[in-house]
Amino acid sequence: MAPAPVLWYPGEVDAALFVPCYVDQFYPRVGLAAAEVLERHGVRVTFPEDQTCCGQPMANAGSLEAARPLAEKFLRVFREHRYVVCPSGSCTSMVRNHYGPLLGDRAGELHGKVFELCEFLHDVVQARPRGRFAARVGLHQSCHGLRELRLGTGSERILPGRDKVRELLSGIEELELVQLQRPDECCGFGGTFAIDEEAVSCRMGRDRIADHEHAGADVITAGDMSCLMHLQGLIRRDRKPLRVLHVAELLAEAEART
Amino acid sequence: MSAHAERAALFLVDQPRSAWHDQAVWWVRQKRDRAASALPEWEELRDQASRIKAHALSRLADYLEEFERNATRWGARVHWARDAEEHNRIVHGILAERGVTRLVKSKSMLTEECHLNPYLIARGIEVIDTDLGERIVQLAKESPSHIVMPAIHKKKEEIGDLFHDKLGTPAGLSDPAKLTEAARAHLREKFLAAQAGLTGVNFAIAETGGVVVCTNEGNADLGASLPSLHVACMGVEKIVPRAKDLGVFLRLLARSATGQSVTAYTSHFHGPKPGGELHIVIVDHGRSKLLAREEFRRSLQCIRCGACMNTCPVYRRSGGHSYGVTVPGPIGSVLAPSVDPRKHAGLPFASSLCGSCTDVCPVKIDLHHQLLAWRSELSREGFAPRRKRLAAKIGALVLGSTWLYRLSGWLARRVVPRLPRALVYSRLNAWGRGRELPEMPRDSFRAQWRRRGQP
Repeated sequence: MAPAPVLWYPGEVDAALFVPCYVDQFYPRVGLAAAEVLERHGVRVTFPEDQTCCGQPMANAGSLEAARPLAEKFLRVFREHRYVVCPSGSCTSMVRNHYGPLLGDRAGELHGKVFELCEFLHDVVQARPRGRFAARVGLHQSCHGLRELRLGTGSERILPGRDKVRELLSGIEELELVQLQRPDECCGFGGTFAIDEEAVSCRMGRDRIADHEHAGADVITAGDMSCLMHLQGLIRRDRKPLRVLHVAELLAEAEART
Repeated sequence: MSAHAERAALFLVDQPRSAWHDQAVWWVRQKRDRAASALPEWEELRDQASRIKAHALSRLADYLEEFERNATRWGARVHWARDAEEHNRIVHGILAERGVTRLVKSKSMLTEECHLNPYLIARGIEVIDTDLGERIVQLAKESPSHIVMPAIHKKKEEIGDLFHDKLGTPAGLSDPAKLTEAARAHLREKFLAAQAGLTGVNFAIAETGGVVVCTNEGNADLGASLPSLHVACMGVEKIVPRAKDLGVFLRLLARSATGQSVTAYTSHFHGPKPGGELHIVIVDHGRSKLLAREEFRRSLQCIRCGACMNTCPVYRRSGGHSYGVTVPGPIGSVLAPSVDPRKHAGLPFASSLCGSCTDVCPVKIDLHHQLLAWRSELSREGFAPRRKRLAAKIGALVLGSTWLYRLSGWLARRVVPRLPRALVYSRLNAWGRGRELPEMPRDSFRAQWRRRGQP
């Protein structure tokens, strides 16, 4: 394959960080790690402070009227930025794929601006992270990153496989990605689903954890902290020795050890 | 809790059994993957199938009339039914006029949807389902839990007990081959005694007026060939324009459904057999309502392969009966609310919206987006629980204001860790029933980001 053309030069890219509400409040280290990784690859990062939430929780629950003001707010906060980068496939997909019914034509103002972190690193920055992370890692494919943003080829599709997250991790030494029996089954978080269908949600999560355990993973990583919040909740309840790390945290940790 | 969530929770109580169900159904998904991977043109076939169906639906009335003309030319009689009630009345009328009291049926999800069996039985007609899975659930007085594998929820030992009880097989027999043999002998008698055969329809070809029925057991063929009267029931959406379109759909159907390259029997019926009668009953039953709705129209492209059920992580762990409808799983949860939005308001929420169904669907129905669309439709029409609407309003209020949002986050982080565990993990905390809450950090990201900016 011919080398990809260089579209940018270090220090030339500015990106506004969009930090999902629950990450801002409960997982600050994920936001910090995302900024760290971006900066390491020459991106100037800003954080517009007026941001809150993309509105997905309300839209997911069926309430478009409740989600609309949040979409409006998102547009107000981010419309002036060339790039908006978010360490969540799910929130990115909300903005990219589901703002139409909320904002109408104005949703187009965000077209081509909003990227999931790995997608941005892979497609725009064309980063090749280098570093060291000595662990057996299970890569959990967060559904919306996989099937709504197409960060990888889902197991349902009969197409040549590719996977942007896996490619980003491929340059990390001593990191061994374990082979799962079900490579991309949902963890069962699903936003309001985790509450509405609590029993099924927990069963799905425990099955997912068992798959990672059998594969010999020490660490479960994913592009969405929401999946990991759910899985970690189960891991801690069941007192299992597994760690969960957002892929931004994993990259930041690995790259600090070059 | 929705009715689905309640039934799903019950299904999950017997953990080894629900794990077995999950694995049994997942195994079919894996067979589908292997069969589909053998065709490098798989994704193109899906595209083509989707386009053919979309086209057929875009001029459905024309194609239905063309089908009627051609089928009539072959000597079939075509009947039109507005809804389930009219469908049942028509079928009963055909049978009653000819004094039929013994009917054999091959698999038809449409007649399940219309509850034809109890309707006919109440009017003195013996109805025997001849698909093995359907016969099993019929003997057990249950409903199918899957549209392709109606008895997938039953273990072979349970079927052995059932057959011992109903068919007199030796007690403790659970060898699938022997049980199938017993069912076969039992069904042979029913076939020979039947005065009429009823089948479903997989495809109705407008151009030729023929109907196509796909089975693996040959039971539709026996049912349609032995008695002189054949009744075929189909939903309006079964139309394909041309005979050559079958080349696309037949390749997708069996591979998606069971991982076979083709169904064992693919039978084409063009008119009645010599001296016999063929009646084709075409049913709407809510389908034209869906057709009128742009956001839900594509659900009518469904060819009932069941692949969305096999791939659905929720279906596999909650069982088909938890949905409380004839067609369960993702496609069922899209179809059901259009028939009865109040009763089925919970179904579009019985999904994590993982999107696997959309990608597995051979006719590319955007199932998870339709589930999402139903959520807002049901909420707008007032069918969502008040609790849910209130939660969305409060959420929007808090998240809509930057300072209220920051304050709420601060309170959660500072207060929750200090509360007694019994209070935090009370009955009201559905999250905490099976999981721990996140460990609360002292400061938010934005607070730490600010500090980072300072020298």
